[in-house]
Amino acid sequence: MTAEITGARALWEALVAEGVDVVFGYPGGAIMPAYDALPGYPIRHVLCRHEQNAAHMADGYARASGRVGVAIATSGPGATNLVTGIATAMLDSSPIVCITGQVPSTLIGSDAFQETDITGVTLPITKHNYLVTRAEDVAPILREAFYVARSGRPGPVVVDITKDAQLGLCRPDHGAPVRLPGYRPRRRVEAAELDEAARLIDAAERPLVFCGHGVVKAEATALLRELVDKGDLPVACTLLGLGGFPASDPRHLGMMGMHGEAWVNEAVQRADLLVALGMRFDDRVTGNLASYARGAKKIHVELDPAEVGKNVACDVAIVGDVKDALRGLVPRIAWRRREGWRAEIAALREDAEAHDVQRLPDDGRLLAAHVMADLHRLTGGEALVVTDVGQHQMWEAQYYRHEAPRSLITSGGLGTMGFALPAAIGARFARPGDEIWVIAGDGGFQMSAAELSTCMQEGVQVNVAIINNGYLGMVRQWQDLFYEKRYVATPIVSPDFVKLAEAHGLSARRVTRRDEIEGAVGFARMQRRTCVIEFQVAQEDTVYPMVPAGNDLADMIRRPRMKGVS
Amino acid sequence: MTELRTFAVLVEDVPGVLNRVASLFRRRNFNIVSLNVGRTHERGVSRMTVVVEADARTARLVEANLYKLVNVLAVEDISERATVTRDLALIRVSAGAEERAAILQICEVFRARVVDVAPSSLVVEITGAQDKIEGLAKLLEPFGITEMVQTGAIALTRGADTGATALHRLATEYAAADRAA
Repeated sequence: MTAEITGARALWEALVAEGVDVVFGYPGGAIMPAYDALPGYPIRHVLCRHEQNAAHMADGYARASGRVGVAIATSGPGATNLVTGIATAMLDSSPIVCITGQVPSTLIGSDAFQETDITGVTLPITKHNYLVTRAEDVAPILREAFYVARSGRPGPVVVDITKDAQLGLCRPDHGAPVRLPGYRPRRRVEAAELDEAARLIDAAERPLVFCGHGVVKAEATALLRELVDKGDLPVACTLLGLGGFPASDPRHLGMMGMHGEAWVNEAVQRADLLVALGMRFDDRVTGNLASYARGAKKIHVELDPAEVGKNVACDVAIVGDVKDALRGLVPRIAWRRREGWRAEIAALREDAEAHDVQRLPDDGRLLAAHVMADLHRLTGGEALVVTDVGQHQMWEAQYYRHEAPRSLITSGGLGTMGFALPAAIGARFARPGDEIWVIAGDGGFQMSAAELSTCMQEGVQVNVAIINNGYLGMVRQWQDLFYEKRYVATPIVSPDFVKLAEAHGLSARRVTRRDEIEGAVGFARMQRRTCVIEFQVAQEDTVYPMVPAGNDLADMIRRPRMKGVS
Repeated sequence: MTELRTFAVLVEDVPGVLNRVASLFRRRNFNIVSLNVGRTHERGVSRMTVVVEADARTARLVEANLYKLVNVLAVEDISERATVTRDLALIRVSAGAEERAAILQICEVFRARVVDVAPSSLVVEITGAQDKIEGLAKLLEPFGITEMVQTGAIALTRGADTGATALHRLATEYAAADRAA
């Protein structure tokens, strides 16, 4: 019989058994027994500066690796600070386990110091959560939590452990099987549905394949390419699907939706078939639902049955893993070329490219879109890019052409400002050898700028590009377009970012002209510590095209045509 | 078209499960008409009967979302099936000696029972479908209803291969598959 150990030791043993080698957290009273037991276990603890960022770090780690990320915090404010990070992971189906300390079980419900009902608070923003009040439950519940977080449609799981459960004694059995009789994470795809889907694909004249986050998560890129090769099918990506299909492939059209490429949105509205793989028809993707892709039949391949028919009714629903579905579809569809449809899209694309900012003659102004295009060129398109939320996020999606899955990490569903830097710190531990670039606006960066201190203390190296336009740019853009230019609360004054970085003992440069980009990026790539490059870009620039919220998808605001470009 | 739809839901009898189900309905903006929960003949398994205002599309989403809850074992939309559906209500009516006879007469028609009598009031118990309970309440209203409580609908499907049996079989099968995995 194994020796008795504390619940705190059982916690770390359970994490080691799950293969965890790094956790992101912040200590406090109710989680102290767990922290006290950490030394001696082969797990690195990364001290964040705010628990929200610990959750983002765990999330970034998870998205960069496909493994479960772990955040740890104390009760009360420590736990509630995790909330935005948990909601971010929930909306983007990211597998994280958040471990929180809780007041002793005898004090629960008494409004004890630093007591919060965190399982109650996180109920609607977790895949599942647990309150653990006995030492013997710590290990089996953590095992279950990891299983729930990573299986099926992944998501965040909170495990709230009372102080007495950490201090109590138990004999954990880390090999015990998980017993979840009602939990069915994966469904077998049905042959009849595959047959029907293949029939629709073969019959389609103007089909489009949508590559969503599910393609990345299921690691189905190779199979997607087989499908596309056989059916000569053009591919459009959601924001989180970027990288799921290589941007250099001639059949890759680009991103769809509110700031998607004009030709993609026009093609969606002209298509006679949509093959949606692992995506959920978010309102940022569809625009006005009533007029969305009315001429198209829809095949929806989706792991989560609750997403099927939620926003867009489909003709064929294939509920299951994208990889399983593609494995079934590839042999079923016919070899077919679709020159006419490709030519039609090419014409749309030619027209749209006349609006492209990259065609603009260089007038000396530094535009964010130039920064993205140059970063792509200078990093050979091979960096792992972690973006924040706002204008820069959309420009990155448009101009940094992603070749590989998990090469873009961004908060798509929740749109959480401040996400990028901590998520990149987490990603660093998952991908120690890769080049990592944070791209953030001046507003979002300041929401989590304190994590520069974490970079310094933990010796974490990432490159940070701050796209500084002196505004909360995307809100300012909406004010410009829809609120008669009343710039209420959007001008933002920033610290001297170069000095800020240097105050943290980190490297920094400032760029104000396009011809300085190459030197600064080269400088950053030479650094062994985190390097901040501040790009002072044009202040009032607009992300085009834009489908105003609720508009028909093809009813876009376009960049004015460039002079001298036909 | 929005109509009343009834779901039989088997859940693990663990703390917080009612909260999880209620939270899901609130979060997804599903409109609960009534929700009843109680134990079943199987240890560790509770059964909920949830009546929801929903069209066919929403009903499908209700079912799919319920299945996403880890503690939910099996769900069946029994709206289209023949069922025995019952609701139990207790109604306190203010009534002195002179009104009692009239009330007892009404109760007899509705097969309701008087289960408590006080000098100036009595308590009526009635089981049945919602419309029957409403019918009785309407007739008792003139006497003065001072309190009323209802369980919400509970339902079993009719026939030999009942929904209940199928549901429990479903739950047991998943449990077995889970053990095997």
